[in-house]
This record gives sequence, C-alpha cells and structure tokens, in this order.
Amino acid sequence: MSRSDRSLSLAGPHHLGVGSTRLAAWCAGAGTMALVAALFGFGADHPALVLGVGWGALALAVLLVIRGRYVGKPAGVRNDGVFHRSLTARGAIAWALGIAFTAYYVALYWFPESIAGITRLFDPLSRLLRGRPADQWFAYGGFYTFAVLVMGAKFLVKYRHSRYQTWRTVSVMFFQLGFAFLLPAFLALMQRPEFYFSYFWPLDYDALWPGTVGSFSTTTLGLWAIGIGLVLTFVATPVLTFLYGKRWYCSWVCGCGGLAETAGDPFRQLSDKGLKAWKIERWMVHGVLLLITLLTALLWVNSALEGSWLGSFSQGFAKAYGFVIGAVFSGVVGVGFYPLLGSRVWCRFGCPMAAYLGIVQRFFSRFRITTNGGQCISCGNCSTYCEMGIDVRSYAQRGQDIVRASCVGCGICAEVCPRGVLRLENGDWKLRLEER
Amino acid sequence: MRHIVIIGNGISGITAARHIRKRSDDRITVVSGESDHFYSRTALMYIYMGHMRHEHTKPYEDHFWAKNGIDLLRGWVERVDTTLRELHLRDGRRIGWDVLLVASGSRSNLFGWPGQDLRGVQGLYGLQDLERMERDTTGVRQAVVVGGGLIGVELAEMLHSRGIHVTFLVREPRFWGRVLPEAGSHLIERHLREHGIDLRLGTGLQELVDDGTGRVKAVRTTTGEELPAGFVGIAVGVSPNIGFLQGSGISTDRGVLVNGFLETNVPDVYAAGDCAQLQEHPEPGRPAIEAVWYTGRMMGEAVARTITGERTAYDPGPWFNSAKFFDIEYQTYGRVPAILDEGHDAHTWEHPDGRRSLHLVWEKASRRFLGVNALGVRLRHEVFDAWLRQGASIDAVVAGLERAHFDPEFHRRYVRDLAQSFMPVVP
Repeated sequence: MSRSDRSLSLAGPHHLGVGSTRLAAWCAGAGTMALVAALFGFGADHPALVLGVGWGALALAVLLVIRGRYVGKPAGVRNDGVFHRSLTARGAIAWALGIAFTAYYVALYWFPESIAGITRLFDPLSRLLRGRPADQWFAYGGFYTFAVLVMGAKFLVKYRHSRYQTWRTVSVMFFQLGFAFLLPAFLALMQRPEFYFSYFWPLDYDALWPGTVGSFSTTTLGLWAIGIGLVLTFVATPVLTFLYGKRWYCSWVCGCGGLAETAGDPFRQLSDKGLKAWKIERWMVHGVLLLITLLTALLWVNSALEGSWLGSFSQGFAKAYGFVIGAVFSGVVGVGFYPLLGSRVWCRFGCPMAAYLGIVQRFFSRFRITTNGGQCISCGNCSTYCEMGIDVRSYAQRGQDIVRASCVGCGICAEVCPRGVLRLENGDWKLRLEER
Repeated sequence: MRHIVIIGNGISGITAARHIRKRSDDRITVVSGESDHFYSRTALMYIYMGHMRHEHTKPYEDHFWAKNGIDLLRGWVERVDTTLRELHLRDGRRIGWDVLLVASGSRSNLFGWPGQDLRGVQGLYGLQDLERMERDTTGVRQAVVVGGGLIGVELAEMLHSRGIHVTFLVREPRFWGRVLPEAGSHLIERHLREHGIDLRLGTGLQELVDDGTGRVKAVRTTTGEELPAGFVGIAVGVSPNIGFLQGSGISTDRGVLVNGFLETNVPDVYAAGDCAQLQEHPEPGRPAIEAVWYTGRMMGEAVARTITGERTAYDPGPWFNSAKFFDIEYQTYGRVPAILDEGHDAHTWEHPDGRRSLHLVWEKASRRFLGVNALGVRLRHEVFDAWLRQGASIDAVVAGLERAHFDPEFHRRYVRDLAQSFMPVVP
C-alpha cells in the first residue's frame, strides 16, 4: 500500500534536499559522538569545549533540517513523509533512539557513576550558574532545556503561520528555561533549596509530604514556597482550568508537556487511538492520582502519630511510588519511549497532575473543541496527530464538540484539519455538552 | 427480518448502513470491491504524501462492524437481477436481497484521448488508483496534471510532495473558473505558482505519447507543446459508476434516476451518493448529480430512514462545501456563482498578503444574503446556515460577522477587516 518506511533515511528522500539531509545527519552524528566520547573521559580537560561542540553540532543539525524543510517555502502544515521516515514511523532509527534514551534514563536514575563523564562536561556551566560542580541532575536539566529550546525553535518555524502555536511554544520554552532551569540554579547559588515553581503537588509528588514540608518550613523562603505550592494546587489549578481548560498547564507551562510539544513533536502521531488504550488510560491515570493522594494522606497520619502507626509501611509505600511512578514511568517509559509510543505516554497514562486537571476539565470547565457544523470529511488527520490518542474524528464527524479529560489543548488537531472544522474555545460550560 | 444489501462502502453506503442499524434489526450486508473496510476517500492524498497510513483513514475500528451486526462482503458486483432479487459478483457468487441500495460512487472521466490507456496515466478516485500511482511514480521526475478542479490540485500537491515537478494543465482561462469568482481564482493561481507548480491556463490535453514500452513519456497540449511526463494525472471530473446496472431494469440516465426520496423506478431499490441522479432537486438551481462527500452523507442518512419505514425526503438544506488548495483552505456557504448574476451584488475583501479573501453575494433589490466564499479564513458553519435559512439581509450578516469567526485563538479576526471594508449603501 504505502511506500516502504523501512528506509534508514532521517528525512525521506524528497522532503529535504539530499545534500542538506546528509549534512544534518553528519552533524547530528558528530554531536552525539562528542557526547558519547565524554562518557569515556574524552575531553575531561576541556569540558566546556566538548559540551559546546556537542550541543553546537546537534543545534546545527536541527538548523539544517529547518532550512531544508521550511525556510523559503510557503508556511503551512508540513507533514509530508512523516510515515515514510524511519525516525518518525517506528523504523530502525526510532528503535535505536528509543533504546539510547532509555539507557540514558536507566543510568541517570540508578547508575549515575556510569555517566559521570557527561556530568563533568557540565561543571563549568554549573559553577557559573550555581557556584558548585554539576551533579547528574543538573546535566539532565541541561540536556532537557537544550532539547526544549532547540526543538522549540524548530516547532516555531514549522508553525509560524499560527499565533496560537507560537505563543504556546514561547511559553513552554520560557517556563522550562526560566522556572525549571535558571531559577533553581540561582536559588542554589544563593545557598537556598532548589524550588521548581512550575511543578507542584500532585506532579511534584513529595511536595506536600510531611518530610518536605518539615524541612522547608524552617526558612522564610521555604514557607513561601510551600504557600505558593498550596495556592497553585488548590486555588490556581481549579480556577485556571475552569477558565481555559487543562491546557494552561499541560501545553503552556509544564516541563514534561514542554518536552513533549517540542522534542516530542515529531512523534505525536504514534499515540494509540484505540478504544482499548482509552480504557487502560482511564484506569491507570486516575489510579496514580488515587495512589498519590492516599499516600500523602497516609504520611500525614503517620507523622501526626509520630511514626507509631504505619511507620515502615508508609515509608515503603513512598519509596515504591518514587521508584515506579517517579522514575520508571515518568522518565524511562515517558521519554525513553517517545520514538515508539509517542510523546505523551506519561501525561496520558501516568501523570497524577493530568488526572487532577482532567477531572476539572471534564466536569467544570469552559474549554471545549468546537466542531464546525457538517464540514468534517472524516479524513483522520486530527486523530492521527493527537498526541493524547483522542479519536477526535469520532466526535467531529458527528458534529459533536469535544470535551475530554485528557485533551491538553495543544491545538494541533485544529492545525492539521484541512477543512477548518475544529476550534479550541472557552465558552459557556453548561452548553458545551449539548448535541447540536 | 429483511436482508438489506448495500452496494458500495463509501460515505453514502456506510452512513446508510449505520443509520439502518440504529433503527432496525434487519440483516445488513455491505458489498465493496474496493476495500475490506470503510475508509475516507478524501484522505487518499494524505496516504501518498505520508501524512497518514491507510489504517488512519478508517473512521471506525475494524471490530466496529461485527459488533454492530453489519456484514461486510468483499467483491465486485457485475450484474443486478431485480426479478430474482440477486446480485451477481465477478467471482461467481450470488447474493439475495430484499432491499437494495446502490451507493456505488463514481469513476474518473477520460475523454478518449489518444494514449489514455498508457501505463502512468490515471485518475484518482479509489485505493486501486493510489496503488497504481505509488507504483507508477517511482523514479518519476516530471509529471503533468490535467484538469483544474479539486482533484487536480490534490494530484499536483501529492506529486509535488515527492519532489516531482508538476505542470498543471487547466483548459479554462482561470483556475476552477466554473466555480470560483475571478479574484478567488487568481488568489489560488498565485498560491500554486508560489509552490512551484507550472500552471498553464487555457491549455488542454491533446494526446499522450508512448515511450515505446506502453508507458507514457510525454503529453501534447492543445497549444501544440510537448511536455515530458513520466506520469499523467487526469482530473477532469467524475461520472456515476453504474455500468453494472445495465439490463437490470433500474432506470438510469447519467446516474441512477431517483425521486426526492431516493427511490428508483424498481420497488425496494434505492440509490444514494455520487451515483444518484435526482429527477428534481429539492434545492432549485443545484445540479442533479452532486458528487460531494457531504451530500453523500446526507443522502445516506435520509435513505436509511426511508428504508426503515419513515419515508423521508432528501433535504440537504443550504449548500456548503470546503476544500484545500495546498495551504489555503476554502469554505463556502450558500450560493456564490463564478459570474455574478443579474440583480445580484457582491463584495470582496482580500488581505494585502494575497493569501486570504472573503467574498459575499446578495440580492441587490431585497439585500437578501445569498452566499459567502472564504479563502484562507475559517467561518462558522452554523452561523451562516442560520442566516441562509432565515433569509438574513447582507447588512445583518456584515453586522454579525464577529459571530462567524472560526480561526484559531490569537489569530487576527479577518471578519472585522471585511466588515470595515464593506461600504454600506446610503439609501
């Protein structure tokens, strides 16, 4: 039926000049080699130079793709060849990348000494920003932010015709760089605990645990951080979600969302749209929210009783949650499997924050995706490019508005629709579920 | 329990099957030679361009059909026997029916050009066309597309996405000149050229040249030019696909003749979609055959009601349609003729970037609003539908345009620019 997508091409033969494809591949290879070489101690004497070369070459590769694919061509939806390329159609390159990402996460969480060579590359940057040598988490934050910024730039050029996409992407880039990278580094420089104001309970799952609250409440700044966290969780989240839907967080602020929307954008079409996946999703994501709520409550009960009741149980529970949900799910599977399962696996199946936002969005929000009367041609672009695996078409072809707990409001369904059928809107929340 | 057999698993046949199932326990069988499952024909281009795979174009998961008791049968119908109430399939099978719905769609037109049967010359209608196109465009560097309509543009865009140079022959002096008003034609022409399409207006196909092996190597145009072409896409319209009805006793003209209830001259035999020819259209001025996705869907729904005992006339309501020309979306609501009729007036707004425009038409004397064309601007269907049904005046439409804005959030509200450019007539 369709052309072979087993070709090892990154870009597909026709979608990019052969010359720039090859050059981009070489640059990406060179950048990766520099970073891999650092694993074996190469460049230990010139860490800044090696990191600069690695990042520079990777950024150049992305730049070449941008130039080859978008620059000098009319703006518009450009998904040509997505299912012809090995990288974006679950081919060999996608598998290799998935395995490499996964290996990195495994090393990061459980064998940080094995990637010490890479961590050392970040020492100069860490000293500059934080006044101390890097640890593996600073290095990880560095890569993460780099990916959001570079791939965010690519996304901005790709969707330069859409102001919604432009603002949304600028926003996630800003929050990643400012709130998830620079601000914590600055707090570290000031000898303060590293707060991430863009993460709060229940995503930042231990933020409201007695141990965390206890240690933070010793300082004024810590008290402020706890207060801000509580307001964000229990006031800002329901109010903003009522007004704008969960998108205000998931595709405008959140770092996980930010990575998914930028570095993960080439893989959004890989999400499973089947009914079965939706069933699993509902059980899992709400299960995780239930777990973390229970766990937080348990820990407080335990703390009130001064550990006399459930002491070891709640601690074990907390450890298990941290391992299974915090590390394996959000890191290894969530990002490691981007090229195989799509970019929002964590957000869809595992994120307790998404579950919380989703419940508010489903029942108490003005947000919906409006279907434009009878104009749907059932082509399937909206469903295919929905990173959350929502079968958007099944609503659109019935002329029904889309109100789904999982929708993160990225707006790509409306972009790729060739008939102008979909529009993200905030309106009267009582009317949105009525069939028209 | 009756056995309802539907020929064709396109939008009409499948919509009918789904609605019959909702309303009755009759046995339903859908026969198709083209594909095992319903898929969206309108998405064929996206499969070729690599935006989607075939499975993405199926609006229902494969388990849907068994779950809903709709039997699917793969095979080409060769003959219809209305006396014994049987279908004869090409492979020899026979299927009895109590009720028959013909929803067999269209076939691409070919006008007898010399060389039109050469390999690498084809239209674009179904999956088999896509398979041929996939096979016959491998290694091709230059192609010609014939016919300045919606499928022609799709073919041009498909080939262009594979890096194939496209020369686009349009017989009319301007693009889609029988449908679009002049400014709209020019807007699209500019856009096609911006994409590097070699658009030749006022140029038709004369003949196709054999490379000596039965494959096309060039076309000769009506202007006497010879253009090298490893592939030639023909998109000069479609005609009802009804050859298999010959001798069945079902009355046909260009299509299957049906009354306002989509009934044919034979009891219990109906027709819907591209293949149906309305003897009297419920909306005056519209053609007897409308080969459009939306009308196909509406006919399927109407005929399902009639078949299940609630005799329902096909009533499509105010005309609407949409398309996309490379990056420029097109929506239309109501009647917008290519050339302004006597007694009508029109107003066009075009953005300085030349990529979007809005065009309103109304009756001069009564100021009754007749229709709108939007290029590069999205409009809200239900708002225009209501205005058209109410017979709203052009002034009310212009005053209320804000409600019809449907572009994404943060986008400029072009309807305001239109409203500002609209000079009210001082009485």
